[in-house]
Amino acid sequence: MATWTWFHKLASPPHFYRIAGMLMPWFAWPAAILIIAALYGGLVLAPPDYQQGEGFRMVYVHAPSAWMSMFIYATMAIASAIALIWRMKLAHAVAAAAAPVGAWFTFAALATGSLWGKPMWGTWWVWDARLTSELILLFLYLGFMALRSSIEDPQRADRASAVLAVVGVINLPIIHYSVYWWNTLHQGATITKIGKPSITMDMLWPLLAMMLGFTLYFGAVLMIRLRAEVIRRERNAAWLREELAR
Amino acid sequence: MTPRRKRMLAVAAIVIGVGAATTVALQALNENLLYFYSPSQIMAGEAPGERSFRLGGLVTTGSVQRSPGSMEVRFTVTDHAQTIPVSYTGLLPDLFREGQGVVARGKLLDDGTFVAEEVLAKHDENYMPPEVAESLHQPPPAAGGAS
Repeated sequence: MATWTWFHKLASPPHFYRIAGMLMPWFAWPAAILIIAALYGGLVLAPPDYQQGEGFRMVYVHAPSAWMSMFIYATMAIASAIALIWRMKLAHAVAAAAAPVGAWFTFAALATGSLWGKPMWGTWWVWDARLTSELILLFLYLGFMALRSSIEDPQRADRASAVLAVVGVINLPIIHYSVYWWNTLHQGATITKIGKPSITMDMLWPLLAMMLGFTLYFGAVLMIRLRAEVIRRERNAAWLREELAR
Repeated sequence: MTPRRKRMLAVAAIVIGVGAATTVALQALNENLLYFYSPSQIMAGEAPGERSFRLGGLVTTGSVQRSPGSMEVRFTVTDHAQTIPVSYTGLLPDLFREGQGVVARGKLLDDGTFVAEEVLAKHDENYMPPEVAESLHQPPPAAGGAS
């Protein structure tokens, strides 16, 4: 089992607390640079769209937010599965730390989509499969957080919410494929499409940079939140007192 | 079997079980999850007759007629197989144009005309600068955008 020692070592709170602190700036700085570059590229350099004019620029916040809403949920579900199977407390902490960030990105995706939908589609909201499944994702995040805070015993709260996170993962393929399985008002995928690109290069690179930037931002925030979560869980441990006294 | 292996199977069982249940439920609800019906589906009699429903397709190029002095617009919606005439009175969204997708909510009259209460524009997944679009289709976007 020698190959697993790094895994178990990572799960030890003192070790992880230090690693997270070291990793944080390596996520934060590239994220800041990428997001600023992508904002300039998307809002200034990219040409207006042939149909939507300047309004299409909403995509530079909308699509990366929607990507994050699903990426973070996948992170949460995988962490929860690991936590349930290997009884790893740190993995429960990952899911707990990620949930509010994911909920906010989901809200951002819904809100920006709504602002764009009014002028372009002619409506703020429709109950089509894509929009509805994304709204369910927001409720899954909120349900996860509500369940955690409603159970007093931390261990039981961890397990119950982890089961919810694993069950909810079924929504991710539904969100992604909803635009293909059913007739929806929401358009199909632009960048994950195989074949000829549906977007020109000068419009595409800021979008990809923004997605990577948001992902790294999540990495940085997750490190900070995880350190806080570790402190909360280990508040009586001797190592923490030594660590904080240093 | 180790307890860990047991838990692994339990997690896998949850995912597979919920996945199967969801698939079955979605299959059963399939029709209700369709946001709109295409002209071919309507011609095949799949759309609900009396109730109001949504029609989706492309606005046929050259079909938009506005009556002078009123807000009424007439156009046809096509999916390249079947075409349905639509009449609508009201404001149209920014992206409404010939050759582009629309979703209209309303009722089908006995004479085959679809009377819309609401018209929404359906955007496609293509993004490009105006110059590129111009070089791609000349004259203005032909229905289908097969270019």
